[in-house]
Amino acid sequence: MSIALSVESGERAPGGAVLLSVRDLRVRFPTEDGLVKAVDGLSFDLRQGETLGIVGESGSGKSVTSQAIMGLYRGTRAEISGLISFDGVDLLGLADEDLRRRRGKDVAMVFQDPLSALHPYYTVGNQVVEAYRVHHDTTKAAARQRAIDMLDRVGIPNPAKRIDQYPHEFSGGMRQRAMIAMALVNDPRLVIADEPTTALDVTVQAQILDLLVGLQKEFGSSIIIITHDLGVVAEMANEILVMYAGRAVERGEAEELFYAPEHPYTWGLLQSMPRMDRLRIERLRPIPGNPPSLISPPSGCAFHPRCTFRDDARLGCAQVEPGFEADAPHPVRCLIPRDERTRTFQTQIRPSL
Amino acid sequence: MNATPSPEVPSGRPADAPSEVPSGVPAGARPDEGSPAGPPGRRRFSGRRTETGNRVELGEVLLEVEDLKKYFPMKTSGLFRRPADPVKAVDGISFRLRKGETLGVVGESGCGKSTAGRTILQLLPPTAGTIRYKGRDITGVTGHDLRMLRLEMQMIFQDPYGSLNPRQTIGSIVGAPFAIQRIDPEGGVKAEVQRLMERVGLNPEHYNRYPHEFSGGQRQRIGIARAIGLRPSLIVCDEPVSALDVSIQAQVVNLLEDIQNDFDLTYVFVAHDLSVVRHISDRVAVMYLGKIMEMADRDELYGDPLHPYTQALLSAVPLPDPRKENKRARILLTGDLPSPINPPSGCVFHTRCPRFREELTEQERKRCVEEVPAQVPLDADHGVACHYAGPAAAPVL
Repeated sequence: MSIALSVESGERAPGGAVLLSVRDLRVRFPTEDGLVKAVDGLSFDLRQGETLGIVGESGSGKSVTSQAIMGLYRGTRAEISGLISFDGVDLLGLADEDLRRRRGKDVAMVFQDPLSALHPYYTVGNQVVEAYRVHHDTTKAAARQRAIDMLDRVGIPNPAKRIDQYPHEFSGGMRQRAMIAMALVNDPRLVIADEPTTALDVTVQAQILDLLVGLQKEFGSSIIIITHDLGVVAEMANEILVMYAGRAVERGEAEELFYAPEHPYTWGLLQSMPRMDRLRIERLRPIPGNPPSLISPPSGCAFHPRCTFRDDARLGCAQVEPGFEADAPHPVRCLIPRDERTRTFQTQIRPSL
Repeated sequence: MNATPSPEVPSGRPADAPSEVPSGVPAGARPDEGSPAGPPGRRRFSGRRTETGNRVELGEVLLEVEDLKKYFPMKTSGLFRRPADPVKAVDGISFRLRKGETLGVVGESGCGKSTAGRTILQLLPPTAGTIRYKGRDITGVTGHDLRMLRLEMQMIFQDPYGSLNPRQTIGSIVGAPFAIQRIDPEGGVKAEVQRLMERVGLNPEHYNRYPHEFSGGQRQRIGIARAIGLRPSLIVCDEPVSALDVSIQAQVVNLLEDIQNDFDLTYVFVAHDLSVVRHISDRVAVMYLGKIMEMADRDELYGDPLHPYTQALLSAVPLPDPRKENKRARILLTGDLPSPINPPSGCVFHTRCPRFREELTEQERKRCVEEVPAQVPLDADHGVACHYAGPAAAPVL
């Protein structure tokens, strides 16, 4: 597809070809109160075998993005425009039947809450087998064997027995494993994990993240991991996309995002997190204010009402809408000139992190 | 079982330093939702401080919990109703809280941390054990005494949606404690409620609004205003910030600290987020299957965890720091939490314990399976309920 995005970085394996390319994606929901611009002009690329982390607060549009990629807004009132190109094919332009053939086989999804994403009336095995048989013309017995293998792969003990149990008989961590098994049963090239560990305890979260990393190595698939936990992306992602009010505000290599972030919102996220690995020095620094309304977002830069570095007189933060060079290696949606941002980070933000 | 403190514990909060705004931060970077300029940073310590090696104790003992147990009976169906084994949600915990202190309680879901908080407040009747408040035994008080106790002890709930009545205005929610206790504050209830609303960063003009008109963070502020109305001494916070986004979470954590300073509050802070707990607590207790596994001063617990469970828990938290994250060893626990109906014999953690599995000899293991480790005592500086407590093989943070 487009230009190579990644900068050379030492130890990382060079990524393959661009697998998913999203350009100027817009998702809008007409409501009684007005048009909700849930995703507003989002662009990014993802290469084969790499992991993209999407971070943001609730209402920033991260889950809507993933569901739009999966085509889950078809048949609803949502208005979608832009380009979602998966391996050269525009997913938005596909007929329903063609999309159905790809969904689950090429792109699979792991949802946040496995108890509501699994059907309570069918056994776990039934649901994994169904996912497989939709895309493969095999016998029931072969599909069942495949499901048992898959459950075994994701670390469910005694899979031959567990396959006939219902979701309520599984613990939270086991259900999430079963969901992952279901997502991976067709060897998808892209897995979208939407807050896969938010409902889980840290000890189980560690197991699940470990599992995802291991399976990615084994299958070579790409992962989009959506989360609000910066620790999870630090562990998983090669590249990170920060979203605010339906737009990308910063994107870059994980290293850069954590050690040289440039957007004031990213700074705010890093500063407002308490750190477990250090002695406490002082109070937390929250980002003041609340996330904006998506019906009537603020004029100019959407973050300006909460930004401590805004300069209306000089930069016009309240009027001018900052651009976002989606093809640059480290694009930032901010009006402050780059060298000034870098300086501000080094002198003012970094000492306090 | 008290571990001898090592002399070189990586500790040392700047003692009582009213840590000023670091020079690098722009002025106005912290118009911290209208909080008064109290000293930032915390200043209360209890137990042993490592700077001087002396034990510094501040404040009188406010709350003493001794061998507290809470079992939930299980009903069995069928012709013969024989009592089944109860769920041992809290199974013998002890601790002591001094005035102005914050005790963080952490653990996985189902470890009994919330039940412990509720039992302390007498929202649930304890099965066994004693709770002493200001030296008075309050276990199982009822009626008038219980109502008087509510003046002193309050609770902040996790779910800001479920804990506010959707059909009441904010004014009547925050004013309810005054009505129930038949207290008439100076200047009338409405003025007092509006003062409280202002104190927690809400607009007093929203007195007549309903909970659905507020965001999650604002609702949590309403819950806080309700809890501090009667000037209690002890507040049990049950996961008060878990449902909030990071930036909002930080606002609420700061608010909790401010009102603690203003009203000299003592907190029991129940949470599963280990980072928030380290930030806000003075001491931290780690629970597993209804028991306290380890309890210590916060920096000691995070810097020098001695119980294998604490070590596993800390190592499981991903840090927002990729370079550090890549170098860290992770202790993976296998399997799920055992059932609290039928907890493992001996040490309840032995079925998942990495030390049990990898480091101990057959003889030593026998002890873990058969002998219950001594409970963490009431007044431990650094208590560990493990037969083979000791530092982890590799640093966990």
